[in-house]
Amino acid sequence: MTTKRNAESVAAAADFDKLNRDWYIDKAVQVLVFLGGISAIIFIIGIFVFITKEGMGFILGDFSFTEFFFSQNWRPTSENKATYGILALIAGTASVTGLAMLIAIPFSLGTAIFIAEFATGRTREFLKITVELLAAIPSVVWGFIGLALMNPLIIDIFDVPVGLNVLNAGIILGLMAAPIMTSIAEDALKAVPDRYREAAEAMGATRWQVIYKVVLPAAKNGLLGAVLLGVGRGFGETMAVLMATGHAINIPGSVFDSVRALTATIAAELGETAVGSPHYQALFTIGISLFVITFIINLIADLVIRDVRKG
Amino acid sequence: MFEATRINHKNLSRQNMFRLLLGGMTALLILPVILVLGTLIYKGAPVISFEFLFANPTNGMTAGGIFPALLGTILLVIVALLASVPLGVAAAIYLSEYAPDNWFTRAINIAIINLAGVPSIVHALFGLGAFVIFFRFGTSILAASLTLAIMTLPVVIVATRESLQAVPMAFREACWNMGATRWQTIRRIVLPNAVTGILTGVILEVSRTAGETAPIMFTGAVFFLPFLPQGVFDQTMALSLHLFVVSTQVPEMPEAVPYGVALVLIALVLLMNSVSIALRMYLRGKKKW
Repeated sequence: MTTKRNAESVAAAADFDKLNRDWYIDKAVQVLVFLGGISAIIFIIGIFVFITKEGMGFILGDFSFTEFFFSQNWRPTSENKATYGILALIAGTASVTGLAMLIAIPFSLGTAIFIAEFATGRTREFLKITVELLAAIPSVVWGFIGLALMNPLIIDIFDVPVGLNVLNAGIILGLMAAPIMTSIAEDALKAVPDRYREAAEAMGATRWQVIYKVVLPAAKNGLLGAVLLGVGRGFGETMAVLMATGHAINIPGSVFDSVRALTATIAAELGETAVGSPHYQALFTIGISLFVITFIINLIADLVIRDVRKG
Repeated sequence: MFEATRINHKNLSRQNMFRLLLGGMTALLILPVILVLGTLIYKGAPVISFEFLFANPTNGMTAGGIFPALLGTILLVIVALLASVPLGVAAAIYLSEYAPDNWFTRAINIAIINLAGVPSIVHALFGLGAFVIFFRFGTSILAASLTLAIMTLPVVIVATRESLQAVPMAFREACWNMGATRWQTIRRIVLPNAVTGILTGVILEVSRTAGETAPIMFTGAVFFLPFLPQGVFDQTMALSLHLFVVSTQVPEMPEAVPYGVALVLIALVLLMNSVSIALRMYLRGKKKW
C-alpha cells in the first residue's frame, strides 16, 4: 500500500518536474525572442552612437555649422588649409535625386495603377514578377550600366563631351527607384477594398472614373508613402551615383554637368583617410547628416502609411 | 432601350485612352531595362567560361578569372546568414507570437523600417566604427559579414513575420488546449507550417547580401588579394566590389571583362530571386487552409 502510494507520488513529482522544465524552457525562449525583437532598436541606436562617436571630434572641434552646410569648398586634402563645405555635394545629391524622382514618380505610379487596376491574369502576374526582379538588380550593376552603356549614348545623342552627369545618374537612379516605388504603390492600391470599386461600377462609372474618383483618393496616403520611401532610397544610393555622376565637385547649371553626391564622397574618400583625422571625421559627419535625414523621411513615410491603414 | 449616350462614349474613350497611356508607361519602364539586360548578356556571355569562373585573375586583373571574388561573395553571404537568420527569426517570432500591441512594438517596427532605409554607406560607416575599430575585428570577413547581416536583417524579419502570421490562429488554439506551452506550440505547430515562407525570405536575403557593395568596401572586402582567405579574420575579394574595380579602377581593361563580371553577379542575384518567387508560388498553390 505504502509502496504503491510512494510510486504514485514519485511519478507525480516526475510529471511535475517535467512540467516545470517545460515552463522554464518556455520562459527562456520568451526572453530570447524578446532579445531578438529589441535587436532592431539596439542596432538603430548603435548605428547612431558609433557614427556619432567617430564623427564627434569634428563637430566639437572648430566646426562651423554655416561653413559645413553653406560653403561649396570641399578641399579636405588641401596642404595649407583644408576646408569642409558640403553645399556642392548637397546640390549634387539633390539634383540627381530630383531628376530621378521626376522620372520615377509618374512612371512608377502609372505602372502601379496599370498593374493593380487594368492588367488581369497572366499579364498582371508577369508584370508583378518583372517589377520584383528589376528591384533586385544590385546598385553596382546599375552604376556599371551608367558607365558603360549610358555614357556613350548620352555623348552621341546630345553631342556633349562627357556623358557622366546629372542626366545619366538621374535616369539610372530613376530606373532603380521605380520598381520599389511601384511595388509599394501597388500594395497601397490593393489595400483599397473591392466593395468601393464595385459600388462605383454599379453606379455606371467606367474603369478610369473608378480609379480617378474612388481608388486614388482612397489610396492617397499609401501612394504618398511610396513616393517618400522612393525619395529616401534615391537619396541614400551610393554605388550607382558614384559611378554615373562623373564625381566632380560642382553646383550643376544644367543636366549635362558632372556632379558629386554626399554618399559617393564618403565611398570614394574614406579609404584614403587616416582613422581619427579631421577628413575622416568630416566624412562621418556627412554620414550623421545622411542618417538623420533618411530617418526623418522614413518616419514620415511610416506615419503616412499607418494613417491609411487605420482609416 | 439602353442607348449609349454621347457622354457614355466620351467616358469610355477616356478610359481606353488612360489604359493605353498607363500601359505605355509600364512598357517604357520595363522595356529599357530588359534591353539593357540583353546587352549585358550579349557582351558578357562570350567571356564566361569554366576558366573565367574558376581561375585567379592574372595580369593586373585584365585576364584570367574571378574565382577569388566569387568565393569571397559566397563566404560573406554564409557568415552573414549565420548571424542574421537566427536573430531575424527570433525577432519575427517575438513580433508575431508574443508582442503586445503597444508603443514599444511600434518602436521596434519603426526601427526595422529604418534599418532597411538607412543608406548603405552609413551602414558601412557603422561597420567600420563598430566592428573594425571598436570590437577590433579589423577589416575582415567577420566585420563585413556582420555589417551586411545588420543591413539585411529587415528582409528576414519581414518575410518570417508574414509567414508566421499566415498560420491560422485555430492551429495555435488547438495546441494550447492540449496543454502545450507557448514554445511547444511555436516549435511543433507554427514553425513547421511557416518554414517554406521563411526560406523565401532567406533566399531573398542571399540575393540582397550578394549584391551589396558599399557596406563591405571599408569593412572587409579589398580590390585584390594574391591568396584566398583562410578564416573569418582574413580580408577577401567580392564579386560586387570586383565589378566596381574592373570597371573604374584598372586602366587598359579589356571591354568584355567588366561585362562578364556584371553578368555573373546579376545572374546570381536574379537566380536567387527567381527561386524565391517560384517557392512562394508553389507555396500559394499548396496551401490547404
